[in-house]
Amino acid sequence: MGEAIVITSGKGGVGKTTTTANIGTALALMEKKVCLIDTDIGLRNLDVVMGLENRIIYDIVDVIEGRCKLKQALIKDKRFEYLSLLPAAQTSDKAASTVDSMKKIITELKQEFDYIIIDCPAGIEQGFQNAVAGADKAIVVTTPEKSSVRDADRIIGLLENKEMEPPRLIINRIRNHMMKNGDMLDIDEIVHILSIDLIGIVLDDDEVIKASNNGEPIALHPNTKVSIAYRNIARRILGETVPLQSLEDEKGMFQKVKKFFGIRS
Amino acid sequence: MQENKQMITIKGTRDGLTLFIDDSCSFEEAFIELNEKLTENLSKKDEPTVYVTVKLGNRYLTTDQAEKLRGLIGRGNRFSVQSFESNVIPKDKALSWMEDSEVKPINRIIRSGQVLEVTGDLLLIGDVNPGGKVVSTGNIYIMGSMRGIAHAGVNGDRNAVIAASYMKPSQLRIADYISRAPDYESDGVYMECGLIDEEQDKIIIDRLQVLSHKRKDLNGFERRMNNG
Ligand SMILES: Nc1ncnc2c1ncn2[C@@H]1O[C@H](COP(=O)(O)OP(=O)(O)OP(=O)(O)O)[C@@H](O)[C@H]1O
Ligand SMILES: [Mg+2]
Repeated sequence: MGEAIVITSGKGGVGKTTTTANIGTALALMEKKVCLIDTDIGLRNLDVVMGLENRIIYDIVDVIEGRCKLKQALIKDKRFEYLSLLPAAQTSDKAASTVDSMKKIITELKQEFDYIIIDCPAGIEQGFQNAVAGADKAIVVTTPEKSSVRDADRIIGLLENKEMEPPRLIINRIRNHMMKNGDMLDIDEIVHILSIDLIGIVLDDDEVIKASNNGEPIALHPNTKVSIAYRNIARRILGETVPLQSLEDEKGMFQKVKKFFGIRS
Repeated sequence: MQENKQMITIKGTRDGLTLFIDDSCSFEEAFIELNEKLTENLSKKDEPTVYVTVKLGNRYLTTDQAEKLRGLIGRGNRFSVQSFESNVIPKDKALSWMEDSEVKPINRIIRSGQVLEVTGDLLLIGDVNPGGKVVSTGNIYIMGSMRGIAHAGVNGDRNAVIAASYMKPSQLRIADYISRAPDYESDGVYMECGLIDEEQDKIIIDRLQVLSHKRKDLNGFERRMNNG
């Protein structure tokens, strides 16, 4: 039986799709069978970031409405056999997707895959409810901005009512110099306010944008800091205690973070 | 003997008159005697109204009876009832006072968009995050960071206070008073409380220590027992 993890944030544009693509890729690189689901119906993106857009024949709404079997809609990644994608519909009406239909799809996928990573749409409406419906766990993405943290807090509050364990946190798009100058909320403060476990921090890096433009998640690049950060998150998802490695150590600001990691074994 | 016992006694004080009504006779008897006493003393005109405090001992007055007495004493505009003072209150009222002043301990984080409402005093073990809100009819004590909105004494209790381990609220409200954080970024304060300052006619934030002399009856129940 696999595990379904939803990637959510409340606020739009903070990196849910990027995170989904990269965590999925990193887990697949570690030879876990992974299925990514794009639930952002009408604004599908994940296929583009993954470079799989041209292969879409059926989408999630086709599955829900019975126009095809679930297997037929899954797109196998061309780069490695461990990764599949269930794309969102770009045109069909959102009403098709419901809490029950999502649960059914995810239950079926869990038979075959180790991890199902669900890319959630922005907002707290029905799209959010559908995306979290079948998930066992959640990862909340925020950037070090007040408004983003505020929305993350709202989402964490909404997730409290679901039958899942407390979500874990990724702080994305960290800019070293701004944090040092106090122009951004610092990691300590964000973790203190949200009071959930931190599972990773990701720097802001132009390479991320370049990579997604090329349809190549940055986690595939061996040596950039961001790529290592995503692979570390994947290892933490697998339950490893990942020691702070050079990228997080060499900068003074990351010292503080130490205490948030490594608490869980 | 019975006949001679005074059911009504009147005493003059600095602030007006105090009227004692014996609590062993029936309401009707007392009413009749009071009527006679007042009629004897009527007549003189053009004197200022005298305020009367009515002491009832162990007698409980229904609202109806209170209205009757008020009407009788106020007749002719010579006297006016300032207050009724009784040693007793009905059970349901006592229970509602108690509920109003019970401390409700709750341990969770009040996150953005969440509202926690309690009757009585709130003891929150956890934070109120920005965008979160806590409301109580009594005092609010927060063992954690207060970064959102707190509204104490929501039914109008201006003596209510809001205390927190760390205070950086976006708004504090007490009864009908509101104060908000300054528009510029400011630092929070530790171990402080918000309360209404009568002289300044606004909510002030002060050290927790001031509560020991500014709010002697922190417990709403005692406050009510003493002040009615
Ligand atoms: N760590 C990063 N460094 C630089 N750019 C990033 C980073 N993470 C995300 N981005 C960029 O930010 C933009 C938004 O990212 P993404 O599409 O993943 O957000 P989202 O939360 O899925 O948005 P939406 O709410 O619209 O679905 C993209 O252009 C992406 O390339
Ligand atoms: Mg997205």
